[in-house]
Amino acid sequence: MVLPWLVMHAEAADLSSSRRVDLENLLTQDCGSCHGLTLKGGLGPPLTPEAVSDTSLDVLIETITHGRPLNAMPPWGPLLAPAEIRWLAERLKRGVSAP
Amino acid sequence: MLAARPLPATRSLLAAGLWLLGGVTLLSLPGCVTPRGTGDLAVVVERAVGSVQIIETTHNTILQRVTGLGDLSHAAMVYSRDGRYAFIFGRDGGLSKVDLLSGLITQRVIQSGNSIGGAISQDGRLVAVANYEPGGIKVFSTTDLSPVADIPAMGANGKLSKVVGIADAPGQKFVFSLYDAHEIWIADLQTPDKPLLTKYTDIGRQPYDGLITGDGRYYIAGLFGEDGLALLDLWHPDKGVRRIMSGYGQEKDKPKQPVYKMPHLRGWAMASGMAFLPAIGQHEVLVADIGQWQEKAKIPVHGQPVFVMARPDGRQVWVNFAHPHNDTVQIIDVPTLAVIHTLQPGKGVMHMEFTPRGEAVWVSIRDENRVDLYDTATFVRLKSLPMDKPSGIFMTARGNRIGF
Repeated sequence: MVLPWLVMHAEAADLSSSRRVDLENLLTQDCGSCHGLTLKGGLGPPLTPEAVSDTSLDVLIETITHGRPLNAMPPWGPLLAPAEIRWLAERLKRGVSAP
Repeated sequence: MLAARPLPATRSLLAAGLWLLGGVTLLSLPGCVTPRGTGDLAVVVERAVGSVQIIETTHNTILQRVTGLGDLSHAAMVYSRDGRYAFIFGRDGGLSKVDLLSGLITQRVIQSGNSIGGAISQDGRLVAVANYEPGGIKVFSTTDLSPVADIPAMGANGKLSKVVGIADAPGQKFVFSLYDAHEIWIADLQTPDKPLLTKYTDIGRQPYDGLITGDGRYYIAGLFGEDGLALLDLWHPDKGVRRIMSGYGQEKDKPKQPVYKMPHLRGWAMASGMAFLPAIGQHEVLVADIGQWQEKAKIPVHGQPVFVMARPDGRQVWVNFAHPHNDTVQIIDVPTLAVIHTLQPGKGVMHMEFTPRGEAVWVSIRDENRVDLYDTATFVRLKSLPMDKPSGIFMTARGNRIGF
């Protein structure tokens, strides 16, 4: 039961620190265009840890990867690696950037 | 003079530093020593830190920073007709009135939970804010930001809607679109506390932004949920809203593409009798003759257009792009409807603002932390100014134009 978490943790941990800085900037600035720089919402819904507390990590990953075609959420799967998307989803759950 | 009064908390750090050094008598500190006009000023939004920088465009220097403006994600602003005050709309629902001469916030209200932009009335007395949460517009006096009217955007579908694309129109009107309700409304505020509403329903799926032409006649909403735009002729409001350029993305085996940044519409899309509009999801700029509103051309460009902006003389149209093409700017030659130049100013080109007569253009480059000034005839970079994650650039000349 613990194994999937270990696997995903290892995947996200593989990202270089400079890539994490890029992803943090992407999250704040580009995701922030619709969800707000502080992720409190805009055209898109809020993505604070409280706002996503009822959404599973898998659903977050699914949404970031494939988007929500009927709303304005684009799929990031074509632009980001699975480990990067997982890092973003974990980051949303955590609410702060990785140390 | 300055030393005799306490330094307000909102005054910039730069000014504070100068004050401590006792250098103020030698410098034209705004509001202090030398009177100046505001017609050459511009305000740059530093969106991540909640501040703006006031720059002057005669010598292209930074005058001062104004802090304490809250969450400036997607911040926009309008100007008082005397060009002295900026009304800044923040994402957190904050509406701030900033004196460009003193660099002070004269009033600030948190008027909603989440806002997107605003407009100023024809007579300059009212400022309206378009809100996401709760959906609707709120109208305030430009004198002191006291509340004047509250217009919830309850759609015919019974739901409160996010409001987008607000524009001022002649006759003390505001026109805006309801994203979740697929409607366009006109609010007539000739009697400010008794707004008269005209509502158009089923105007098209998910209007995401709107513009009004410089003469105040046509209001156009871009549609996210379908390939096309919605047009309202304000000279003939009884004729209703009609779709224009429907189905532009459905030819030539072009599947619907994801949109990585919503395009922005404003009245600068007009040049030489034509409208230049972003094709949502496509790497194209759409062109239509104003008045006919038939598709005249599609101009292939480098990425998904975000801003499509005509130089004030209408000879060129400058375009920037959504992620991952946001390091590039392209210039369209209006007579030939072809891209004649491509610039790569740097990562994260957010916005462009022409000088009022168009000899130069300011470009904000978010991830490079600077704004650049380009000569629009030679495309040579003339100047760079350091900024913290700059986004919108707003020249005070907007204060005298319909739709800005």
